[in-house]
Amino acid sequence: MGGAQALRWFAPAVLGFLALAAWEWVVWAREIPPFILPGPVQIAQTLARDWDSLSVSLLVTVQITFAALAVAASLGLLLAILFAQSRVIEMSLFPYAVVLQVTPIVAIAPLIIIWVDDVRAALLICAWIVAFFPILSNTTVGLQSTDRNLLDLFRLYGASRWQVLWRLKLPSAMPYFLAGLRISGGLALIGAIVAEFVAGTGGTASGLAYRILESGYQLQIPRMFAALVLVSGTGIAIFMALSLLSHLLLRRWHESADTGEHR
Amino acid sequence: MAKRYGTGTLAVQDVDMDLARGDFLALLGPSGCGKSTLLRMIAGLIPPSSGEISFPADPAARKGIGFVFQEPTLMPWATAARNVALPLELAGMNRREAHARAVEMLARVELAGFEDAYPRALSGGMKMRVSIARALVTRPRLLLMDEPFAALDEITRFRLNNDLLNLWRDERFTVVFVTHSVFESVFLAERIMVMAPRPGRVVRELRVPAEDRDLPEFRTSANYAAHCREVSHALAAAMEAA
Repeated sequence: MGGAQALRWFAPAVLGFLALAAWEWVVWAREIPPFILPGPVQIAQTLARDWDSLSVSLLVTVQITFAALAVAASLGLLLAILFAQSRVIEMSLFPYAVVLQVTPIVAIAPLIIIWVDDVRAALLICAWIVAFFPILSNTTVGLQSTDRNLLDLFRLYGASRWQVLWRLKLPSAMPYFLAGLRISGGLALIGAIVAEFVAGTGGTASGLAYRILESGYQLQIPRMFAALVLVSGTGIAIFMALSLLSHLLLRRWHESADTGEHR
Repeated sequence: MAKRYGTGTLAVQDVDMDLARGDFLALLGPSGCGKSTLLRMIAGLIPPSSGEISFPADPAARKGIGFVFQEPTLMPWATAARNVALPLELAGMNRREAHARAVEMLARVELAGFEDAYPRALSGGMKMRVSIARALVTRPRLLLMDEPFAALDEITRFRLNNDLLNLWRDERFTVVFVTHSVFESVFLAERIMVMAPRPGRVVRELRVPAEDRDLPEFRTSANYAAHCREVSHALAAAMEAA
């Protein structure tokens, strides 16, 4: 198993390294100017040189992303619980949650930025709108798929509504909620970046998207790539962190958290 | 009593049964004869459309009921001990005491040492033992079992049959056991109610006398075979009548 596990990390790492080397070689051999396509080495140098300003922007974007994700997770969970308590509430509200989901964020971001004075709050709302739906819909499904026999058992022993929710429905819905959270983590980042693009705010307290725009205007393409690397890296880190969280919470009882030894 | 569903289907018709303290009663019949419906009515999970159930219908007395489903029906996120402790905790007993009682009950179903195991680490037979321990942990007066061993292999089923009988002989709770196996009903029950489908009804009641049942090798005895034959005939007659 150790060999297979090592291969899982080793194979993509080797492939990535070869791709980067080929990229560097093409840029060097064909003498492509940096303002068209910089090589990976130059991008890394730029990242190190501009780390001071880029890291500030990274922090801004990460803060907005996590705040949006936290609000999406708690509101999504609360609303799903409300849906599970009352069919009428679910039927009246769910269509509007779908409307929120299907409307492209780029199209409504300008409106939100006009309506909300505080730019950060506006960005957070945009990221939240994108991240909210997967958590709500997954958790709702999870709360509805509780084992019928277990529900009967709880009824037989005279469990209160609260006991059924807390001891039965919420644990049953946990894997669904965590799957939703994993999707929403990536979406919150995308929402934050898109909103920053639309807002286009300058100044010191601006996020990575603004750095990308700014570098584009100034034709500092290596810097643009450096910011892009940070965005992707953040997305990967969020996904891995949420996968780890899910694994730790479910490993003892849920099939999805198998160690992957069978694959 | 009777049960008619909203669709107009008459699931159970004119069933009249008396249970005495300490009875072991099997409800035997083909699929769709309403045996599970009858069991759920006794448990109070569904109300009868007409007629009444005297002792368990009283909600205060319902504490005295244990129910074992066809599947183990365990909470996968909880250990064996926490699953067994559930009825006690729902009734408001503090965690530590409930846990102690659960551990004790697990030992009685021969699962000592598996207190902290999660259901997915247990075999089918072991999960069923946990389920039985959960049903018995409240010291119920009435144990309702809905084809509990149907999904298990024969060797495991025989062992669980023996263990269930031993528990019953020790504690003398009343058992209503739903099954579609002639052999299981004869081995376990003193009273066998044979049911027929469409509409579900009791067509005959047979008895397996204690002097036969208490034989050490009952399962391989000629008496056992004779009872099985008799019950099989009754079942065949019930099917023809339907």
